[in-house]
Amino acid sequence: MHYADNVDYPRLLSRPSIYIPGLGLLFGVLLYTQAGATSLGKALVELFGLAEGSPLAANLLVALLITAVVALNVAVVMRLSIRHQMYAVWVELALLVLLFFYSFDLSFEFIRRKIGFLLTQGLVTTLYVSAISIVVASVLAMIGAIAKLSSNGIALGIANFYTSLFRGLPLLMQIYMIYLGLPQLGYVINAVPAGILALSLCYGAYMTEIFRAGIESIPKGQWEASRALGLRPRDTLTRIILPQAMRIIIPPTGNQFIAMLKDSSLVSVVGVWELMYLARTQGQTEFRHVEMMITASLIYWILSIVLELVQARIERRFNRAQMR
Amino acid sequence: MMQKKKLSLVETAPEPMGATPAVQIKSLSKWYGTFQALKNVNLTIARGEKLVICGPSGSGKSTLIRTINALESFQEGQILVDGIELTRKPEAVEAVRKRVGMVFQQFNLFPHLTVLENCMLALRLVRGVSQKVAEERALHYLGKVRIPDQAHKYASQLSGGQQQRVAIARALSMQPDIMLFDEPTSALDPEMVKEVLDTMTQLAGEGMTMAVVTHEMGFARQVADRVVFMDRGEIVEQGTPSEFFSNPKELRARTFLSQILH
Repeated sequence: MHYADNVDYPRLLSRPSIYIPGLGLLFGVLLYTQAGATSLGKALVELFGLAEGSPLAANLLVALLITAVVALNVAVVMRLSIRHQMYAVWVELALLVLLFFYSFDLSFEFIRRKIGFLLTQGLVTTLYVSAISIVVASVLAMIGAIAKLSSNGIALGIANFYTSLFRGLPLLMQIYMIYLGLPQLGYVINAVPAGILALSLCYGAYMTEIFRAGIESIPKGQWEASRALGLRPRDTLTRIILPQAMRIIIPPTGNQFIAMLKDSSLVSVVGVWELMYLARTQGQTEFRHVEMMITASLIYWILSIVLELVQARIERRFNRAQMR
Repeated sequence: MMQKKKLSLVETAPEPMGATPAVQIKSLSKWYGTFQALKNVNLTIARGEKLVICGPSGSGKSTLIRTINALESFQEGQILVDGIELTRKPEAVEAVRKRVGMVFQQFNLFPHLTVLENCMLALRLVRGVSQKVAEERALHYLGKVRIPDQAHKYASQLSGGQQQRVAIARALSMQPDIMLFDEPTSALDPEMVKEVLDTMTQLAGEGMTMAVVTHEMGFARQVADRVVFMDRGEIVEQGTPSEFFSNPKELRARTFLSQILH
């Protein structure tokens, strides 16, 4: 916990006034939503050999079972250390999500057949479109932030208009404007560069504000000390201010990178063979949309997790001066 | 005029410039909007002089010394540092800042750099000194302010007094002619005030030109050549410490002294 207090308050879930009504509520909701009629419910009813055609009994049985499992699970997890609790809960929730997907009665044979192409073509395209866009967006954001903090009216005007336009228009519209609009001016642009350009411009605009806020968060004294030592404006910014601002900038920027990774699926509308485009088209041929969509989604999720881990690493690096 | 001693804080004496004072401030006025922060201030700091500026809060004393290295602007008047006129031109400001070191109330060490890097950065970037020479010089001044083996720590790992002494070493590493101190002990815990004042006294003993804004009247008595009392943006009274403390002429100065010298 952030700045944990030194008081051992009774744990929320160890208070009978919390967990008894909580379990009761779960039981009630399961009953009300007719848990006995779900696929899981039917399987359980069969397992216990309950007579068909008594929905109330089935509902009661399933609700009771699930409530009991949850109660037991909470009781066990409560006894773990905080670290293990975190991992245990994470894994349990992930399993539930996978179970949810599993209940769709997917054809794993179909997935196995298609996943190779999805990875070698789709994932690779998604990765390089995102990676290039991330780099270009960061550069744009840095330029934008510096322009917004400058005392140059022209730079200010451009930067303000840029963030207003590209944060204001839907990304889908920006992609169309660049891919279909630029040729009207005589510049024919391919789908992939158009997608990269749109993603970079849009996310560069969002990140401009993040970078600006990060730079503004550094106290005035740092600027003054740097100036008093005779550092030039450029050195003050790059050697004193930005390294400190990075601590503030990185968490929201990691967010933006994850969002951009998934928004890169929008460039499929102009026919770029990235992950989402392939997931849709490959699924169409054999009416196996769900298989492909779920596979693509899980790949996005894994990529996001990788980005989260990278972000945590970078944060640690920039925090080292603040740690004792 | 200044002797090069081996154990001196001031390694290179400033160029002998004849009679040119270190700082000349002529008819200086500054406004924040309609509020006049400095009113026609005239002040000359001689080479090697130790000047203490005191006065109630909001009297303009910090503003005044911050104009000397262009951390504050001014609207009227003139400032000469080592005879160089301080204008808004980059060359003028650069030349002045090269000659003037500054120590702040809040230390303002760079938290992302180690103590050693704090002292080396400007040497490398501004003076263009080699890595090796910069490190030697930084370590030398860190030794002077008695920060013996903390060079590779970060500022957050040091006490307030140690941080302020690092800040002094950082300014001295640039080998300035003039040192400005803006309430250098006001943010310190009481038991750390002395170590910082001792360092400043040592520096004064070695002939550095110093302008110190402070409420430490003991330091003023012991070290200052001249005490300047400011109130409401103007210099009300000035004189040697013995004159000023034993026989202040102006009512405002008397009131101020009675308030801080319980």
